[in-house]
Amino acid sequence: MSQINRIDGGLIDQTKSVSFTFNGQILRGYEGDTLASALLANNKHLVGRSFKYHRPRGIVTAGSEEPNAIMEIGRGAYKEPNTRATITQLYNGLEANSQNHRGPLGFDFMAITDFFSPFLSAGFYYKTFMWPKAFWEKVYEPAIRHSAGLGKLSMLEDPDTYDKGFRYCDILVIGAGATGLSAALTAAESGARVILADEDFVMGGRLNSETNEINGIAGSEWAKQAVTKLAAMDNVTLMADTTIFGAYDHGIYGAIENRADEARADSSKPRQVNWRIYTKRTILCAGATERAIAFGNNDRPGIMMASAVRTYLNRFAVATGQRVSVYTNNDDGWQTAKDLTDKGVKVVAVIDSRSIDPVMSIEGAEIFMSTDVTDTKGRRVIKSIMLSNGKTIPTDTLAVSGGWNPNLHLTCHHRGIPKWNEELVTFLPDSSVPVGMSVAGRAKGTMVLSDAIVEGHNEGNVVAADLGFKTSDSKPATTASVAYNVTAKWGVPSGKNRAWVDYQNDVTAKDIKLANQEGFKSVEHVKRYTTLGMATDQGKTANVLAIGIMADNMDQTIEETGTTIFRPPYNPVAMGAFAGRRRGMEFYPTRYTPTHKWSEEQNAIFVEVGMWYRSQWFPQPGETFWRDSVDREVRQTRESVGICDVTTLGKIDLKGTDVSEFLNRLYVNAFAKVPVGKTRYGLMLREDGIAMDDGTTARLSENHFVMTTTTANAVNVYRHMQFCHQCLWPDLDVHMISVTEQYAQYAVAGPNSRKLLQKIVDPEHDISNEAFPYMGAGEISICDGIPARLFRISFSGELAFEIAVPTRYGDSLIRVLMEAGEEFNAIPYGTEALGAMRIEKGHAAGPELNGQTSAYDLGMGGMVSGKKDFIGYTLGLREGMQRDDRMQMVGFKPVNKSALLDAGHSMAGAHLVNLRDKPDTFTDQGWISSSIYSPIFGHYIGLGYIKGGHSRKGETVRAVDLVRGQDIEVEICSPHFYDPQGECLRV
Amino acid sequence: MIINHPLLGPRDSEEFVYLGSADLINRPTNWESEEAAEDFYQYLYIRENIAGDNRELWYHEQGDQSWLVVTRCTLTHEIKSVELAQDVSRAQGRSK
Repeated sequence: MSQINRIDGGLIDQTKSVSFTFNGQILRGYEGDTLASALLANNKHLVGRSFKYHRPRGIVTAGSEEPNAIMEIGRGAYKEPNTRATITQLYNGLEANSQNHRGPLGFDFMAITDFFSPFLSAGFYYKTFMWPKAFWEKVYEPAIRHSAGLGKLSMLEDPDTYDKGFRYCDILVIGAGATGLSAALTAAESGARVILADEDFVMGGRLNSETNEINGIAGSEWAKQAVTKLAAMDNVTLMADTTIFGAYDHGIYGAIENRADEARADSSKPRQVNWRIYTKRTILCAGATERAIAFGNNDRPGIMMASAVRTYLNRFAVATGQRVSVYTNNDDGWQTAKDLTDKGVKVVAVIDSRSIDPVMSIEGAEIFMSTDVTDTKGRRVIKSIMLSNGKTIPTDTLAVSGGWNPNLHLTCHHRGIPKWNEELVTFLPDSSVPVGMSVAGRAKGTMVLSDAIVEGHNEGNVVAADLGFKTSDSKPATTASVAYNVTAKWGVPSGKNRAWVDYQNDVTAKDIKLANQEGFKSVEHVKRYTTLGMATDQGKTANVLAIGIMADNMDQTIEETGTTIFRPPYNPVAMGAFAGRRRGMEFYPTRYTPTHKWSEEQNAIFVEVGMWYRSQWFPQPGETFWRDSVDREVRQTRESVGICDVTTLGKIDLKGTDVSEFLNRLYVNAFAKVPVGKTRYGLMLREDGIAMDDGTTARLSENHFVMTTTTANAVNVYRHMQFCHQCLWPDLDVHMISVTEQYAQYAVAGPNSRKLLQKIVDPEHDISNEAFPYMGAGEISICDGIPARLFRISFSGELAFEIAVPTRYGDSLIRVLMEAGEEFNAIPYGTEALGAMRIEKGHAAGPELNGQTSAYDLGMGGMVSGKKDFIGYTLGLREGMQRDDRMQMVGFKPVNKSALLDAGHSMAGAHLVNLRDKPDTFTDQGWISSSIYSPIFGHYIGLGYIKGGHSRKGETVRAVDLVRGQDIEVEICSPHFYDPQGECLRV
Repeated sequence: MIINHPLLGPRDSEEFVYLGSADLINRPTNWESEEAAEDFYQYLYIRENIAGDNRELWYHEQGDQSWLVVTRCTLTHEIKSVELAQDVSRAQGRSK
């Protein structure tokens, strides 16, 4: 019983057999088949179960608009759910499985929901699962999700590769049917750069599905010749199997190219490419999609769109049945009957809802005019239809045509509203298309093929001429003119039987009526209440039909009813295609410090800080717990000397005669008179008076400064400085550039730091305390002539230096420093020890600079100059910014020194309340922002914010951590725990 | 969107960072006067909500680091003009 429905001919290669499986059964098709056409060739009509009622469903269309035949393709991590069988090109070894059923497809245990259907109408979930509230999350939703649904994800990482690409052209032609090919030909002959894209893997559009002759040859053959001609032109790029999914601003289009074939052969190749196409002009030739008619039980397998029956017959050589009937409200439906009869397939009846004379005679078929289909029978495939005249006709395929809707989606992506056309009974694009777009052919409502070809041909010329290219003098292709007449037919009264509008989301004409009766008048409300058009097919076959039914229900015109808004994407796009190569470690760039390789050799533990990888600590043999390492690093630095890579700090080089004045306007403190050879600490505010960043700036010579910023704010500060210069004070003589990556910079801290550095600094540079005092800065050389910059600044609170060398020397410098430091037991320290020492010293950092704090809150009110204008000065003076009861930064230490020692965590994140208060939002006094165990003091310490903190030193409050169940008493103190007088710094 | 950079030609808006209204150029200079608080408040916080042509600041961060004044229609995204912010700033009388 292999391919029982296959006939001769078609655009497939019947000499090349392809083997695939469907629900485990091995089947065969031919090269050129889609999964859908191969299934139909094997007489597989039942291919899935419906979303809500688990109704048996079959293939309805032959294109991307397919609502029913969505499947899981592949296995394991490669499994892709919700794949439309109608656009899946068949290949050897394809594994397809139907979805949304329990038990075999033919006997779905969940089909019982169909009998409960009277209860499952529009808004059922909203109305029913209201109470008890807690049940929604735990009981109702899991149950509903289990019974209703689409395919299942593999839950494994997608092993496929996706890529992104950029293409540029003068004219983008969307759709390679008769119109699109005609437009592309004239556009290309003009010399313009043309991209022609089509979602089908074979270009030609409906020409491949129809029997029309063009220029005296078969339409499909004409299309093939046109494609060959275009392919030979250097200025043309053909993109088959490529869906233009969105129209964006200024001539930018999103496109997904399917390259599954290539990726299967070579797994390093991308499965899909997400193209961004930049074009000057666009001609939309997207054709039209046929819609259904809502009559009783119109969802049985074997009930298909009339145009799809023709596609399977003419393109894929598949006769979907042996006794076919056709139900139509327009002339085009008759073509299906004619094509079938011409190929020797029996047509038993043509039913036309219109009161006109038969459009043509169909041999052997009963013709019923002014007649409708009212009901159907057959569980797994259609067996018979009932007509409004009382007749019953046995049939195994019912081809339905409710008319054609132009594919105008892309014309509406900039909020264009389509306008109703009474004669064509459909919406047409209006003039509000995206800038640069024009529409031709059926997408524009030009339903007669011969007219569409001329329109495409002319539009290609007009657009090329607009762009200044010469027009082509070739003639448009010719074909017989076939009239298209249609009379509106939306629904047929179906009594107790349900008439389906949206197959994929199981929405019936009755659901729409109920929504209308319950007061949902707006098409947008009905859509959301019934879920109409909200499935993966976005209602391509359903929406216009539903609007027609709504108009009938409410006794108003379709114009008054309106349409929903079309938004990108036109078809579903895999998330992977949007991510492209930016997955895992490639999500954003990885930045390594100059000591990275050396640190790896030391078995450093790394931490991600933004894009940077920094050493967090350096475990030594015998150290089993992170605190062992960190406590040792702190102690040894404070006792002797430690070295830390601080390259990640932002570094900005500034030159010019006005730099000191410029800095004076950026920082709250005075910078106009920093002497050459000195570094100054500075605090920057935002214009609203909130602290933005802090750092140091050194004056290397009269007109040359180098600034450091925090790691996190490096980019923002530089951007802010460029703004201040270019927008506020454009004539200040200031030139700046970020040199963060050009210099490796290390902190060398501890009482022996000078002795260590003296071993590598060239002898002509005196770095003694007298010659190079605290906050000194200078350009020096080390190791016999290597240029370096030295800054006597300290984050740790010890005698300390920061030394910077060009990045290419960074790896050598850490090795040289460690070797020179051996006699002092020098150690490297990581970000944890760095953090511990800065908290001991009371320096504010990221957790304290949280976008809510003023200079006064930070305890730096005294630094703020009142004698100059600077960014944030005026608004920082506002009463609310300086109030004494604001959250102010202070230090905290536990009253019981052994508090938390066994807890395994610090006070960070705890909220502060007064001793006798119940901890809640109303009694909240503040929070601990940073906290560590101090190896120097032997207990936990913390920095944090508390209301009016500056005047509360000595007071005891509670630090309550409700998350980790801690509640301890802490004393408010100065944030400067270690060496508050700064004596260590100046030795 | 495509921003036609006055020095570099058409560039994708992905290369830029958006800040806000070009009114941010007009930072008050009267920090010592009685009206300073009111003027800075107006400067930083008070904006017209324009349905139409809006002059706004874009920064070419992934490019030449120019700040640009882009006149963009908020209804259609049509970009009517693109100028270097420093030229605009100077034309509005700002200097040092």
